[in-house]
Amino acid sequence: MKHFTEEELISFREGDVQQEQRIFAHVAECAACRAELNRIDAVLKALDEFSVPDPGSDYELSVWRQIAPRLPQKRVRWRHSWFEPRRLSAFGALAATLLAAFFLGRWVRPHSPAAPDPLNAQQVRERVLVVAAGDHLDRSEMFLVELEHAQPAAPGQKVINISAEQQRAEDLLQENRLYRQTAASEGDAGLASVLDELERVLVDIAHSPGEISPAQLQSIQKRIESRGILFKVRVIGKQLEQRPQRQEDAPKAAPQSNPVVRERNKA
Amino acid sequence: MIRMSQSAGSLAVREAAATRESDAIAVERVLAGDRDSYRLLVERYSRYVHRLAYRLTGNEHDAEEVVQEAFLRAYQKLEKFEARSNFGTWVYRIAANYAIDRMRQRQKEESRKEPSDPHDLDGGEQDPLAHVVDAGPNPERLMHSVQLRSRMQQALNELSYAERTAFVMRHWDGCGIEEIASVLRSNSSATKNTVFRAVQKLRRALEPFLEAHPQAKALGTER
Repeated sequence: MKHFTEEELISFREGDVQQEQRIFAHVAECAACRAELNRIDAVLKALDEFSVPDPGSDYELSVWRQIAPRLPQKRVRWRHSWFEPRRLSAFGALAATLLAAFFLGRWVRPHSPAAPDPLNAQQVRERVLVVAAGDHLDRSEMFLVELEHAQPAAPGQKVINISAEQQRAEDLLQENRLYRQTAASEGDAGLASVLDELERVLVDIAHSPGEISPAQLQSIQKRIESRGILFKVRVIGKQLEQRPQRQEDAPKAAPQSNPVVRERNKA
Repeated sequence: MIRMSQSAGSLAVREAAATRESDAIAVERVLAGDRDSYRLLVERYSRYVHRLAYRLTGNEHDAEEVVQEAFLRAYQKLEKFEARSNFGTWVYRIAANYAIDRMRQRQKEESRKEPSDPHDLDGGEQDPLAHVVDAGPNPERLMHSVQLRSRMQQALNELSYAERTAFVMRHWDGCGIEEIASVLRSNSSATKNTVFRAVQKLRRALEPFLEAHPQAKALGTER
């Protein structure tokens, strides 16, 4: 019987599968190779027990504190800022809604020959904006409500990590910019104005430190409250909800004389 | 973290937000000028890199240097990081490469010096008792465990840097031979041989002790 070498047995024990079946079959029969494999196994198992000292519960933070001052600011490349995945997805969503508006407009036209074409296109674009911005305002409202009622997880907590909230604020901010620009270009000054105010609040949250004290959290909450942004978001959201109904009631009104837009612009 | 009042709804939203905070997004944000996003990657992988660094260098001081240098180098090379790759694997390899350079440099320094104490190679752990978690009731077993840990440390220190790296990556971290070969700038066949030599040397160093004291276990890990 040909025995396996030490090298072959060590390779097998360390995960080499080339001769796995042959070695299994052989050690089942051969007491000498089985004993040799057991001795190798004992050494490697003992080494498994060789522990690494625990670097401490706040190790991650200490590494960050050590290296953060040594990290140079990256020079921003335009392709990185403009082709950032979330920005791309926001642009994609806007492009998709505009395309949908275009094709919907084309589809609607033959079925309503009496209606003036420019009016239909304008209405469809505005409806798309209403639906998309309404959804954005709902999510922003939910976020602001949560943040207004947020409190430290434990009573004596000195530092609060708001990095997840910052991430959400950042995401909402990206979308908000696009909706604000679209609203402004559509002549919807009322919606654009509220989105502008919302943007300032979101910037404020997104640019806060990742870890804040309970007092700083209260300060953010007070700023949100004092600006009355939650109320404005709710009001404009309600108006957007009612808007399709009113538009149906007055389908032939010219875009400039749309009563809802006019009313909101006044507000 | 803060507690939100609308617990059920916000939990799902926060989970989704956490999922979105993937490595790739963090890298993109850093490249877009947001340096603080790098903190997420440091916090996610520093413990993992520390484990490798400690096993490669054998002491806390050098391990700390390797961890910091690995994250600094990864930051500097971030433009070369491919979004499809795993950032953890990438920084692990950077750490392994830096640790090899560090060990090579240390070997040169050691070879110039007179060895003062054969049990204190590489500035290794000075006090094995520092790792005692549960010493257990038996003083004899405790003594054997201290001795075993000390012998393991010594045996690991006596490996060449390539052998030590190959063994750590293969045995403790389960890396493939190709991956180890690329870190060692070697080929598969030579790398397999390096793993074998490492295990063989460790076996020669530890087997007599283990056969004499079959109940001994390295301190700090007794269960």
